[in-house]
Amino acid sequence: MPRAAWRPAWITERGPVVIVVAILLVMWYVAAVAMNFTLVRDAFERQETPYTFADVIAGTLDAERPVVPAPHQVVLDFVDSVFGYPLDSPRSLAYHAWVTLSATVVGFAIGAVFGILLAVSIVHMRTLEKSLLPWIICSQMVPILAIAPIIIVVLGAIGIHGLLPKSIISAYLCFFPVTIGMVKGLTSPDPIQLDLMRTWSASPAQTFWKLRWPASVPYLFASLKVSVTISLVGAIVAELPTGAQAGIGARLLIGSYYGQTVQIWSALLAAAIIATILIAMIDAVGAWTARRMGGAA
Amino acid sequence: MALASSATASTRPVERMRPPESTQGEGSAAAGQTPLAVDARGVSLTFQTRDGEVQALSNVDLQIGTGDFVSFIGPSGCGKTTLLRIIADLERATAGTILVDGISPELARLRRHYGYIFQAPALYPWRTIERNVALPLEIMGFGADERRRRVARYLKLVNLGGFERKFPWQLSGGMQQRASIARALSFDPALLLMDEPFGALDEIVRDHLNEQLLRLWDQTQKTVVFVTHSIPEAVFLSTRIVVMSPRPGRIIDIIPCDFPRDRTLEIRETPEFIKIAQRVRAGLRSGHSYDE
Repeated sequence: MPRAAWRPAWITERGPVVIVVAILLVMWYVAAVAMNFTLVRDAFERQETPYTFADVIAGTLDAERPVVPAPHQVVLDFVDSVFGYPLDSPRSLAYHAWVTLSATVVGFAIGAVFGILLAVSIVHMRTLEKSLLPWIICSQMVPILAIAPIIIVVLGAIGIHGLLPKSIISAYLCFFPVTIGMVKGLTSPDPIQLDLMRTWSASPAQTFWKLRWPASVPYLFASLKVSVTISLVGAIVAELPTGAQAGIGARLLIGSYYGQTVQIWSALLAAAIIATILIAMIDAVGAWTARRMGGAA
Repeated sequence: MALASSATASTRPVERMRPPESTQGEGSAAAGQTPLAVDARGVSLTFQTRDGEVQALSNVDLQIGTGDFVSFIGPSGCGKTTLLRIIADLERATAGTILVDGISPELARLRRHYGYIFQAPALYPWRTIERNVALPLEIMGFGADERRRRVARYLKLVNLGGFERKFPWQLSGGMQQRASIARALSFDPALLLMDEPFGALDEIVRDHLNEQLLRLWDQTQKTVVFVTHSIPEAVFLSTRIVVMSPRPGRIIDIIPCDFPRDRTLEIRETPEFIKIAQRVRAGLRSGHSYDE
């Protein structure tokens, strides 16, 4: 009998994750001490007061503008800036997260719909695959940091401000995995399933809705999962050249202007939490759909 | 599993419910007489491949009467599946003429004259068994009530009553193939084209399904064209056996097989059965050079 069978279920399930997180935290603290050590020691030297080695170590974990903030500093700043201010205050991290989240969701929706439509046309018109696909791939090779200001400026010139330009940049990045995944999904039915449709003289629309579309659903959710994190990155990047008024991108930019490293890290934590929630939501919808479609798993 | 024990189907008059499209006109069928189910004259098919031309079928002449059960038998590459696919308009002959129910294969396909059963059941995994059987009916525009009635009738006919709500992966291979037969029967085509339907199943299941298929054929008066490479299966099922040979794919013998329509597995022990099986084997041997 394997020994694992004797352990409680929560250890076999959660154990590996807990261990990895613990190791990462230890490494993070070690890095914080090592990276901030010179900074803190020099500060003690300048004050010309006696200090011990232990004072320096303690100082590295509690510096106001550390090179690498310690985990507890990030968590404290995160909690303070999320819950410490009213939701409409520009000092509230929740407010900035909401700004970025709304741009992400709109951009993700635009990108997903556009990506699916593109895949449908590529699958139905083989010439498009040759003529369009190279351009689609090229579009992803242009650095988004270069494109983003251009889009913001051009759209600003025709009077479009606020959420939409950011969403478009986000959509520009996130349609690609959807297109690639859906082209694969829509062509995934095997020849026999397509031959059957032909023997029943099904119309192209019937073949699409009754065969190609349902066959592509697992591919759709796999690519949506990739694409939703990319659309968050797109929305954050789009906030950098806008003058950084609001959003997680703005927090990152302002933090780096004023050397507020703790603020940068807590903004990153907020982005990570948003990404995790978005992926979990897509996973849940995907699992629900798979169950409805008779999934064996 | 009493085979087609839903013998109610035999007492019911055979319905010829045509799918909606096929009501207008019967094409160029010869006036007054039933057209042949399949009438192939000089049919050839040449594939262009990177290594040059491959002659899949060469000058095939074959007439299949309505109500016949005809088997194509031969080694791989003899063109038996290709011939079936030409009848089904899944391939086009490059020479010769072929008529299905007196009309072109394309017209026969568009008018839904035939049901095609592949070696794999090819059920759609996201549909329950009943919705799989209903799929061709949905496509052909049958109403919901008629769909429900037909699904129930044909699932019963293949002994799958009670499995309506199961998904394909919950059924064995043999049950899946029976569901695919119910799906092909659901729109009541006059012609059944079966491409090694039981090839992937073990012998016990295969014997059982062969008996069920014979009952079904007897009850429904359909024409069946059946591709196989099992000699006993061909002799047991058929009214005629077409022996084919590769390079190029051609017919080398057509053997009549006159057992009664309601034959049972026991006939496999009779001298007549063994004699026909020997003639099939001799045909296969003569057409195939083993020196290669």
